[in-house]
Amino acid sequence: MAFINLKKKEVQVKVVYYGPGRGGKTTNLEYIYKKLSRKIKTEMVAIKTHGDRTLFFDFFPFEMGKIKGYDIKIQLYTVPGQVKYNATRKLVLRGVDGVVFVADSAVVRREKTILSLENLKENLAIYNKDIFNLPLVLQYNKRDLEEQGIPVLPVETLEQDLNSELKVPYLEASALTGTNVISTFKKIAALTITSLEKDLK
Amino acid sequence: MTFTLEQTHIEGIEEILQDYLPEAGIHCVIMIDMAGNIIAEHESGETKHDIPALAALSAANFGAVNAMAKIVGEEEFSLLFNKGEKENIHYSRVTDEFLLICVFDNEVSLGLLRLKVAKAIGKMTEILAP
Repeated sequence: MAFINLKKKEVQVKVVYYGPGRGGKTTNLEYIYKKLSRKIKTEMVAIKTHGDRTLFFDFFPFEMGKIKGYDIKIQLYTVPGQVKYNATRKLVLRGVDGVVFVADSAVVRREKTILSLENLKENLAIYNKDIFNLPLVLQYNKRDLEEQGIPVLPVETLEQDLNSELKVPYLEASALTGTNVISTFKKIAALTITSLEKDLK
Repeated sequence: MTFTLEQTHIEGIEEILQDYLPEAGIHCVIMIDMAGNIIAEHESGETKHDIPALAALSAANFGAVNAMAKIVGEEEFSLLFNKGEKENIHYSRVTDEFLLICVFDNEVSLGLLRLKVAKAIGKMTEILAP
């Protein structure tokens, strides 16, 4: 739920990176943090397990600059992807304004990715949000695996699995090398802010 | 879904934070929403805490503790308080949507802080009432 502060002329929006475990959500945030660190005043928060998996979330705020005279602040979060952490995943989704779904392109991860998208739908429903009405971008991550000889799903298959009904923008990416990571972020930022524009007087 | 607070509401809340809470030993008071957005803040200037991170973590922590309460059959836990050697944090629900966080040192007794927080919350609820 975006918060508009009419006194400070400031808008705060919450964007969550969602997707299956080990899919590259944290790597996305780490890359953005590294590349845009000049614009980020604070440390990135990461709550991890000993095995370096996200336990609760990663977080940092990002200042986008002004739109219609309002300072736009985007709060970026990831969720833990592992199935067993659904309770904390639900908590992070509270008040979400935009979602990047980070899909794992690897053939062996196909089922986990589809289940994770289903899980997103269910968890949004708890907050009375409909996945069809929420700014959403699909990121087909790990396209670089192909070069290492690991089979990846063709984009057509991913589109059919995940995007045949949603019909939202998608990007092919590699969070590890940074390919399309910033573009994904720009896309979701633009969609989220556009959806708010009617609320900005 | 978006919510907007008018300038007068925010000013009212900031005034409460400034009037009711400052006291020797209280370093920082923040009002946030349950999504982790910062609504208003007031710092004494003695400390330099990372407020956005504190807000995000507090919202998540408050949510987690509430979920734990429900698991053991409680509606909510009424006292949420982290005690450190020098700094302590106290969390209080204002309404279903808002949370008040106080960072304070050992000069302030928890009892006095809770009293002040309760008064401030009473005033805030009046402002936020539709």
